[in-house]
Amino acid sequence: MPSPRRTGSPPGEPRRIAYLYLLPGFVVYAAFLLYPLLRAVQLSFYDWDGLTLGRWIGLDNYREIVSDESLRSAFGHALILIVFFAVVPVCVGLLLASILNRAKVRGLPFFRTVVFLPQVVAMVVVAVAWRRIYAPDGSLNELLGALGLDSLQRGWLGDYALALPAVGFVGTWFETGLVTVLLLAGMSRISGDLYEAARLDGAGPVREFFAVTLPSVRGEIAVASTLTVIAALRTFDLVYVTTGGGPGNSTSVPSYEVYHRAFELGRVGSAAAVGVTLTLVILAISLVINRIGDRDTAQ
Amino acid sequence: MIRSSRSKPTARLALTAGVLSLVTALAACTPGSDTSAPPPQATASSVQTDAAKLGDVTLLVWDQEVRGGQAAQMTALNTAFQAKYPNIKLKRVSRSFDDLKTTLRLALSGNEPPDVVEANNGRSDMGEFVKANQLVPLDPYAAAYGWDKRYPESVRQYSSYSADGKTFGQGNLYGLPQVGEIVGIYYSKKKLAAAGVQPPMTWDEFQSSLATLKAKGEPPLVLGNLEKWPAIHVFGTVQGRTTSADTIKQLAFGRKGATWKTPENLKAAQTLTDWVGKGYFNQGFNGQDYDPAWQGFSKGKGTYLIAGTWLQADLGKAMGDDVGFIVPPGASADAKPLATGGTGLPFAITAKSKHPEAAAAYLNFITSQDAMATLAKTGNLPVADTATQHVSPGLQQDVFNAFGKTVQAGGLVPYLDYATPTMYDTIGAALQDLLAGKTTPDQFVDRLEKDYGAFAAKNG
Repeated sequence: MPSPRRTGSPPGEPRRIAYLYLLPGFVVYAAFLLYPLLRAVQLSFYDWDGLTLGRWIGLDNYREIVSDESLRSAFGHALILIVFFAVVPVCVGLLLASILNRAKVRGLPFFRTVVFLPQVVAMVVVAVAWRRIYAPDGSLNELLGALGLDSLQRGWLGDYALALPAVGFVGTWFETGLVTVLLLAGMSRISGDLYEAARLDGAGPVREFFAVTLPSVRGEIAVASTLTVIAALRTFDLVYVTTGGGPGNSTSVPSYEVYHRAFELGRVGSAAAVGVTLTLVILAISLVINRIGDRDTAQ
Repeated sequence: MIRSSRSKPTARLALTAGVLSLVTALAACTPGSDTSAPPPQATASSVQTDAAKLGDVTLLVWDQEVRGGQAAQMTALNTAFQAKYPNIKLKRVSRSFDDLKTTLRLALSGNEPPDVVEANNGRSDMGEFVKANQLVPLDPYAAAYGWDKRYPESVRQYSSYSADGKTFGQGNLYGLPQVGEIVGIYYSKKKLAAAGVQPPMTWDEFQSSLATLKAKGEPPLVLGNLEKWPAIHVFGTVQGRTTSADTIKQLAFGRKGATWKTPENLKAAQTLTDWVGKGYFNQGFNGQDYDPAWQGFSKGKGTYLIAGTWLQADLGKAMGDDVGFIVPPGASADAKPLATGGTGLPFAITAKSKHPEAAAAYLNFITSQDAMATLAKTGNLPVADTATQHVSPGLQQDVFNAFGKTVQAGGLVPYLDYATPTMYDTIGAALQDLLAGKTTPDQFVDRLEKDYGAFAAKNG
């Protein structure tokens, strides 16, 4: 039975009742997200082993993040991973998408699927597979051997200079598909008129790309960057499975440190502090990216 | 509009109040529970050792015996226990090692923890549980059942802590292990014969055989060190040739009074560096997985594999008569055996258990002489009465002899990463650096000394 329309107020239920509808969702959100988050913030001020009574130590855990060289370098590694997880995939994705979009390839859905495929596989599976590829007797070294490049053969994940890039490359391989498909969707919405106009003005494919395609997909680039940057910063499974932070500590990352400290060292407070710091870094970086994205689309 | 302008502040107020109350609720409760009172102790004379007289009870047991022979022995022993003592009902929960390790903390601090748990013996597990008064000292039961005679001191040390959990390797007994493990040298008989080398009886013979084998072209030592911990066993083996058992125990149990900065430790580190320099290890070992490495060995790669007895069943199956196992040889053929090793995860009784006596009876049953025979039959390496077991000749016999002999001589020394809660990381990374030639032996021992020294000083 439709209720009589109230005048002078927005349509639908009154606000107070509307909040009631939000309540179930909010309760779930609060119980599984807000509460753990606040609790983590609280724990980060304690020296706690997970068993006995915790001891309030204020900001000491945070001070350690700044002063401890291995923790600092873990955050440094995460920043390097951003290049591999976000910057390279966005560049490659732009190139791939614009080629696929321009060339009007036959069987586009097939290529789209192939490019997107890594996203479908669980990261742990991806990591196990790549670990075998990078092994001293793995396929990468076999390929190099077959090409006569024996001098380049090595245990990739055990090489101090190359382990981090090797791990990062898996990220590139993983994220490029996602970025490409996102950008393809964006490009398919660009009106053909714009390209026609550009061509009438005498623009070549390169000029067309910078004048029409790139500005039109800024929103998609912002979304893709946000997703991939977050993926880079919270990388855990990949490092856990491939290198465990090695060789030495050359591939340790913050989320691996969180696990390591909480479950292996029994330093729950310190783990929480790393987690909170990582959350803040992710928040800050995604805010910046979104600001840039918004400003650009507004222009 | 009136309605909405009125409801907004109300909602905001409610939200603020909610957040505030959440924050105060959080601030009010310090994490963890205060368990400063030690658990009540039984006395040896009052322990009822006849489990049939303990009445109807149910024991909740958490173990990690989920694989192959481990699962087989546990099932067999539990069935036998139930048949013998129908009044004690077993409720078994078994999970993989990793799952057990990560959930045990929470389970122990909960209100209804299991009665018997299989807990990792290191400082970050058993040590922490002892510190938090969550495990019962087993000494009264040990006296009543005679466990101190069943297990030699070199086995008991791995489950012993001081009551405050600070000193590892001595003090109260907190757990009983079922199986043992020892790190030694697996060798391929065919490969040795092809090079005209006898299985080494002394450390010098071993080192010279490395040179002979390398001269034939192939790196003799197989190592997969991607996981960082495998090199700990290699270093421990070399260190056991230069350093005394007492010093290693002091370092590895993280007790005050020893130092890493000794000529002996430096010499061990130098030996490893030399081995790498001479090309004794397979190429790219720091990037090689542990499992493919020993599987490669079983398929004929290399001649020696320095590894633990946990690989015995698999290597025996894959290599048959070709594979042998020796305790790392000493300065002379009749030197006292000394090797890195330890026990399987010990079974412990929780402080909150309502039936500690029944739990002790269960522990006694699964570690009895009969149980040791069951363990040997199911392909495990029993921790007690090892040498008296009847096993098939060949690799299994080699392994049983090696372990029995070493335990009897008191030559079992702990894994070096037991020392401090952070040592696993420190030594794993330090060894990768050392083996890769990134650091010198001096820098290597400095790094270990820093970790060990800081902990020993703080721990008191």
